[in-house]
Amino acid sequence: MTDDLSAVFSLVSMAVLFGSALGYAAVKFATDDDPIADQVDALLPQTQCGQCGHPGCRPYAEAVANDEDEINKCIPGGEDTIHAMADLLGKDFIPLDAEESDVVDVPMVAYIREDECIGCTKCIQACPMDAILGAAKQMHTVIVDECTGCDLCVEPCPVDCIDIIPEKVTHTTWAWPQPDGVGITPGQLIPVRNIA
Amino acid sequence: MSRQIWDIPGGIHPAQNKIQSLQTEITRADIPAELVIPTQQHIGAPAKPCVEVGDKVLKGQVIAEGNGFVSLPVHAPTSGEVIAIESRPIQHPSQIDGVCIVLKPDSNDTWGARHPIDNYQSLERNDVIDAIRNAGIAGMGGAGFPSAIKLGIKPGTKIEQLILNSVECEPYITADDKLIQERADEIIAGLEIMQWLVNPQETLIGIEDNKPDAIAAFKKATANNNIEVVVVPTKYPSGGEKQLIYMLTGKEVSSGGLPSDVGVICQNTGTAYAINRAIHHGEPLVSRITTVTGDAVKHKGNYEVLLGTPVDALLAQAGADMSAASRLIMGGPMMGFSIHDASVPVVKVTNCLLAPTTEEIPVPAQEQACIRCGSCAQVCPAGLLPQQLYWFSKSNELEKAEHFNLADCIECGACSFVCPSNIPLVQYFRFGKGQIRKHKSETIKADHARERFEFRQARLEKEEREKEQKRKARAEAAAKKQAAKKAAALANPPSDASGSPTTPGTDDVADTASNATKLKSAWASATKRWKDAEKALTIAEKNGSDQLEAFQKKVDQLKAKAEKTKALYEDAKTSAASTSPSSPSASPSPAVAPVSNDPMVQLKQASADNFKAWKDAQKKTQEAEANSADNLEALREEEATLKAKSDASKAAMKEARAKEKEAMQAKKATEDPTKQLKLDAAIARTKAKKALKALNSLDDDHASHAALKAAYEKALATADNADAALKAAEEA
Repeated sequence: MTDDLSAVFSLVSMAVLFGSALGYAAVKFATDDDPIADQVDALLPQTQCGQCGHPGCRPYAEAVANDEDEINKCIPGGEDTIHAMADLLGKDFIPLDAEESDVVDVPMVAYIREDECIGCTKCIQACPMDAILGAAKQMHTVIVDECTGCDLCVEPCPVDCIDIIPEKVTHTTWAWPQPDGVGITPGQLIPVRNIA
Repeated sequence: MSRQIWDIPGGIHPAQNKIQSLQTEITRADIPAELVIPTQQHIGAPAKPCVEVGDKVLKGQVIAEGNGFVSLPVHAPTSGEVIAIESRPIQHPSQIDGVCIVLKPDSNDTWGARHPIDNYQSLERNDVIDAIRNAGIAGMGGAGFPSAIKLGIKPGTKIEQLILNSVECEPYITADDKLIQERADEIIAGLEIMQWLVNPQETLIGIEDNKPDAIAAFKKATANNNIEVVVVPTKYPSGGEKQLIYMLTGKEVSSGGLPSDVGVICQNTGTAYAINRAIHHGEPLVSRITTVTGDAVKHKGNYEVLLGTPVDALLAQAGADMSAASRLIMGGPMMGFSIHDASVPVVKVTNCLLAPTTEEIPVPAQEQACIRCGSCAQVCPAGLLPQQLYWFSKSNELEKAEHFNLADCIECGACSFVCPSNIPLVQYFRFGKGQIRKHKSETIKADHARERFEFRQARLEKEEREKEQKRKARAEAAAKKQAAKKAAALANPPSDASGSPTTPGTDDVADTASNATKLKSAWASATKRWKDAEKALTIAEKNGSDQLEAFQKKVDQLKAKAEKTKALYEDAKTSAASTSPSSPSASPSPAVAPVSNDPMVQLKQASADNFKAWKDAQKKTQEAEANSADNLEALREEEATLKAKSDASKAAMKEARAKEKEAMQAKKATEDPTKQLKLDAAIARTKAKKALKALNSLDDDHASHAALKAAYEKALATADNADAALKAAEEA
């Protein structure tokens, strides 16, 4: 009988001890931000384009983290991002929710045809990255390094002088292409046969 | 030789094919018709052109300056004229054009000012390193890393071994071999400069045993100093920096680390030679030894080529038959790349040009499936698992590839060489490395974009807040202004506002007053309902209704309500009276008694009150007369006093009115004299018109005709006078 009591007592005291420890930790180490939203946000390409229907990447990350939206809405991120989000959230992969023509594989940047620009500043206000430089009645131009190619400046332009073009490949951004694979003669390879 | 040689893992023994290009001495290449000098011939930022089109330059003159720490200047390889600075095809596997300075040689090859340093030991080490940097010397083994950065060791770093890499393990290439055979003393002189710069415990020269002549030359040149020549067995790729360091010292450079981390500095043979030329002769790096070989080339051998010489010019001099060549390779057959355009120039890192025939190097065979034989893992000098890396790179599993140390791959090509399935493994690894790099730069860019976006959001919010605050402040100011205006208007109301029922004063008072009125009507209606209910109760009592209690309750409720509203009304009334500063002694009955600050209005009120009091008194007196009351006399007396009072107040009012009118006229006159005159003239003319009308309506013989006529004439004269006065005033 005393054994039973001591068992009950020890279990209860342990429950109280751990419960209070956990409760204390929950208050003491509570995070303000949603850690899952943070992780999802880190996977997104941060183009802030709004093509997912959310005003920026962070709101979409929060929607995905709270299970309010699907993981296949990020068009600039493409399938890689969907795979990454599926892995992170333990969901199944679903194909990208976009028209075939909307999907671009190469990084894009905005380009202002400067001689046509009337200096209305509308694109400057639309740019989520502050990547357009200019002033009223002055020609505007895109800071290429800051541009994410989000498309948001194209719509407001009253004279349609903004193009979204593929980012120029330089010696530093160029990367070797993937070999064509089995059954095909490799392109740039230089094989050496031991002919001596 | 007692020195221990550590053996690297893996490695291959491809056909050497070096003998072909060793048959002749180093030949000086002709100065071509045009030199194309890329601004980027090294690892790091491209140099910035500092000459303009049309400038005449001398050999060795700086034509592009280094742009940052990891960058190097570029010098004119010969004297001539700058004819263009533009994009040209350059030595890059991407086949993307790069900025080049195009020089038209004047064929004099005139050197500019050269500043040899005779006694470098007397200088500061940093000055010598700067001299090496300013000479534009990059690692000439193939990577092109600025040598000055390698030699500028961090203070406190102890260098144990300085290694001269003379291994030259790649097939076909003999540039270093030939250079050693012919100019070993100069190479050793360059090595001695480096020795003095980094102060190593020992200085080693690593060289493969397939170069007996070069070994002999080095042995001879190092007979009288403390430099040791270490001969290593021939094996590809023992010339890799990390591999050679391991072979000579047993030290392994950690993944991602630098040789200086383990106390070793390794430099190329060509670099040592270039340093010697720069310090002892004051000559910047403007030429290099390049092996031109391959079965399509007639005069195989080593050429001392000016940097910027187009490959086709060099090949033409060497008698290459490009129709026989299967391709054109820059660099060795293992690590080089095919060039797409024969106008690509020779640069600082071009150690070999290979134009093989199809028999020599056939078109690559078709890629087959990996059979997991493991041969690649056996030959990998970096100890990696190429087959695993291949799968990961192929399926884009970059994280796994990174985990299997893809970054440590030196791209030597040994794995591709042994692969029985002809898989272009190196190409897969280059692809994988590129994707990882791209991914990293994308992540960096995304983080940067996030930061910018969040900053912008914060800024917009701040702006919005500031705007809101400003708007509020403005609204407050406007409200204040409005209130002040209203107060001013109420303090000086127009004279006809005396009939206004609202109590003049502040809004609060008006509010309280109107509130009191509301409460009064509420009290009245509540009282009425209570009375009605009471009546209904009485009727119900009479009829003996069974709902008597309910009626009673209702009556009580209504009574309470009526009392409450009455109390509220009384409260409001007193508060209205106390808050109204202009009417502390407001008339008792209506709470909203019209009281005004205007003296005219007050006078009017007083006169009306007095008049009423007199009339009341008169009535009372009359009643009393009718009833023949006793106090008739007293009443009469009172009536008389009141009448006098009323008359007095009436007179006062009249006087005040007259005064006001006068004042108004005076004001008008001072405001605009012409206006007053105009008015006078108009009045006079109207009077004259009236008089004329009256005159016309009468017969001539009427009695008053003469009088009227006189009046008309008088009025007309007045009108004329007024007109004249107006004119005079206007002129004035």
